[in-house]
Amino acid sequence: MHKLEVINGNLFYGDKHALKNIHIQIEANAVTAFIGPSGCGKSSLLRCFNRMNELIENARTEGEFLLDGQNIYDGTFEVYDLRKRIGMVFQRPNPFPKSIFENVAYGLRINGIKDKKLLEEKVEQSLKDAALWDEVNSILNKPALSLSGGQQQRLCIARALAVEPTVLLMDEPASALDPISTAKIEDLLYELRKKVTIVIVTHNMQQAGRVSNKTAFFYMGELIEYDDTKKIFTTPEKERTQNYITGRFG
Amino acid sequence: MSRNKRHSKSRLNDKAFRIVGLVCTISALIILGILLVDIFSKGFNRINWSFFKSLPSRHASQSGILTALAGMSSLIFFTIIIALPIGILAGVYLEEYGKRNRFAKFVEINIANLAGVPSVIYGILGLTLFVRMSKLGNSLLAGALTLALLILPIIIVSTREAIKAVPGSLREASYGMGATKWQTTSRVVIPSALGGILTGIILALSRAIGETAPLLVIGALVYVPFIPEGPKDQFTTLPIQIFNWTSRPQAEFIVNAAAGIIVLLLITLLLNGIAIYIRNRWYKKMRY
Repeated sequence: MHKLEVINGNLFYGDKHALKNIHIQIEANAVTAFIGPSGCGKSSLLRCFNRMNELIENARTEGEFLLDGQNIYDGTFEVYDLRKRIGMVFQRPNPFPKSIFENVAYGLRINGIKDKKLLEEKVEQSLKDAALWDEVNSILNKPALSLSGGQQQRLCIARALAVEPTVLLMDEPASALDPISTAKIEDLLYELRKKVTIVIVTHNMQQAGRVSNKTAFFYMGELIEYDDTKKIFTTPEKERTQNYITGRFG
Repeated sequence: MSRNKRHSKSRLNDKAFRIVGLVCTISALIILGILLVDIFSKGFNRINWSFFKSLPSRHASQSGILTALAGMSSLIFFTIIIALPIGILAGVYLEEYGKRNRFAKFVEINIANLAGVPSVIYGILGLTLFVRMSKLGNSLLAGALTLALLILPIIIVSTREAIKAVPGSLREASYGMGATKWQTTSRVVIPSALGGILTGIILALSRAIGETAPLLVIGALVYVPFIPEGPKDQFTTLPIQIFNWTSRPQAEFIVNAAAGIIVLLLITLLLNGIAIYIRNRWYKKMRY
């Protein structure tokens, strides 16, 4: 069984048909990259998986979106429950104006965990998983906003990991970061996929090539091609994919 | 040549504007300065310990502002208790929960307009609603309810502004973790907006403290020889005490009034100072 699967998925924003008849199967414990020009629907599809699209007025989905074979939209999952299983990291680092510790503990606290010992353990583990522990273990009570941009983004990853999701959605997580911070995030992805299934949207073709096992190319709301990353970047089937990855358009 | 000319002309304009602006600013400051010098020279020497702890009296030299200060503090206390929860909850509701439709727009415009209604009109409303219809009489409670009405729009508007300033990305982060709307509002949005909300509250209070007209309308007493002990008691406040003293013919009472004004000015200044301090700290914290 596939971790995530979309069968004939459609998304509308009002009259706008943003995703058209999408069929895709996403493997567990792998990194899947979504690439394509701006407005092609890759971020929209990402947000269908954790139903963040519902925060936008007039957004409507059709078709089947499955997590572990269960439909995300038919009421089997409470939306809050779903989002605990499918975490998300956003384009710009968005830590809360709280301490480093409280940022990571947030997801645990909203689940009603009050045991101080347990909170400390989980926060430490999450920060270690996000490769941030060594840099912040002595300043856990400092405000999260005092960290650098790259550290803030890894903090957001730690925050998402704290509730132990099985899928991590990343929406251009390194696009606001410098090359060194970007490299750290990419290294992190390599480690993280042992624990979670990662879907990453990126504008950076080299990044997709470096970090992902599979790559999906989107254009104008359609999934044009989906295959092993190596194949997409060396011998793509479709001409449009070829044109995009060689930089002839987009 | 002509280009040079244009250049020198715009430079002249620049200089002229600078001078005009400077004159305007200084004249405003001078007027404020004259007011302060006048009041301080009249009243400063009158301020001593007994001025604070004396009851009002027929003799100017024995009068003090004890009852006015006590009445004002109780009045503000009750006003906060009434206005704070209603104002903050209304602001949060309108910004976070309210639907964006024409009704919301209508409410929004009305609240903004209410903030600009002359205070004496709130006094008349309070007189009808609380003093007469609710039979509260000219009590502290009636005064507090009236002042609460007066500052509610200010609190609602500033709460909304503060909440609007919280970046949407924070809400997204919270929802993305599986938080409910209430968890997001209470744990992320309100704490992030607290600095702005607090600033608005303090500014609203400093406005309430200076109000005289609505309290006179609802019948706050100008001579109160006792400290109010409960919400049903009659009361006076500092602005009313000052108003009373200035209407007396004897010159000694004018000195008392000046001293009272100094105290009132200092209280308002202190509150505004605290508000500015909190706001600056908050902006620094919220910078992204």
